[in-house]
Amino acid sequence: MRTDTGTGLPEQALQRHTKDIRLTFPSSPLSVRRALQTIIADLQELEIEERGSVELVLAEVLNNVVEHAYGAEERGWISLECASQPDGLHFRIRDEGRPMPKDTPPMGAPAPLPEQREHLPEGGFGWFLIRDLSRDVQYRRLDEMNELTFRINIDATPKAN
Amino acid sequence: MHLSIRTEKGATIISVDATRIDAAVAIRFKDLMRDAAEGRSGRIILDLGRVDFIDSSGLGAIVAAMKQLEKGQKLELAALNSNVDKVFRLTRMDTVFPIHDSLGSAVAGHAH
Repeated sequence: MRTDTGTGLPEQALQRHTKDIRLTFPSSPLSVRRALQTIIADLQELEIEERGSVELVLAEVLNNVVEHAYGAEERGWISLECASQPDGLHFRIRDEGRPMPKDTPPMGAPAPLPEQREHLPEGGFGWFLIRDLSRDVQYRRLDEMNELTFRINIDATPKAN
Repeated sequence: MHLSIRTEKGATIISVDATRIDAAVAIRFKDLMRDAAEGRSGRIILDLGRVDFIDSSGLGAIVAAMKQLEKGQKLELAALNSNVDKVFRLTRMDTVFPIHDSLGSAVAGHAH
């Protein structure tokens, strides 16, 4: 499905994104926070806006794994891979938690906001943000494992000196 | 996560002394906001100037903080950095809260 990432990256992509990233960490909110900080520190070459989008999408995806795939009662591992390619950053997130309902990632369509403040939603924005800020979202259940892949567009033009 | 509270020109200013409002602190943030707002009246300005990251859990906690306000209290937001502002715009929550560019303009009472 995906070519091996360590080799064969075009020279231009390598100039801005010098390395691919692989992380494995336990399913907990604080581990997710530390993982995000590690990844963002590795992506300093990105524009601040792009880095913000990457951190937000990853936070939503990883929080979903912690809260839904494993849930508060269950412990497990999450693995994250990031590969830099000419059309953006390609991510692959794997976990051994419960499958997504109906084996399908939610569409995350935005509901109209109600007039009255007591009816405002306090959740349900996560998948909307993931869909809005990423491309090519694909989910697969592989044996006892969930795999979510997606791409985030970044401007791969090398900066002028 | 810690909130500092002060009063200026009749408005309560709650400053978030943390760089993130994320899933790890969302529930604590909501509880701290309840304590901070208790017994106050009028405008409550949430100063987000130090916050550089918010996720949907943090956004939900700010919405929850507004919904748990007492009668006569009104929550406004100030000094959102670009990544925080983006989350409010994308979810259209920027139409729900008065948002001020800076704490100064918030205290003066002009929302953008």
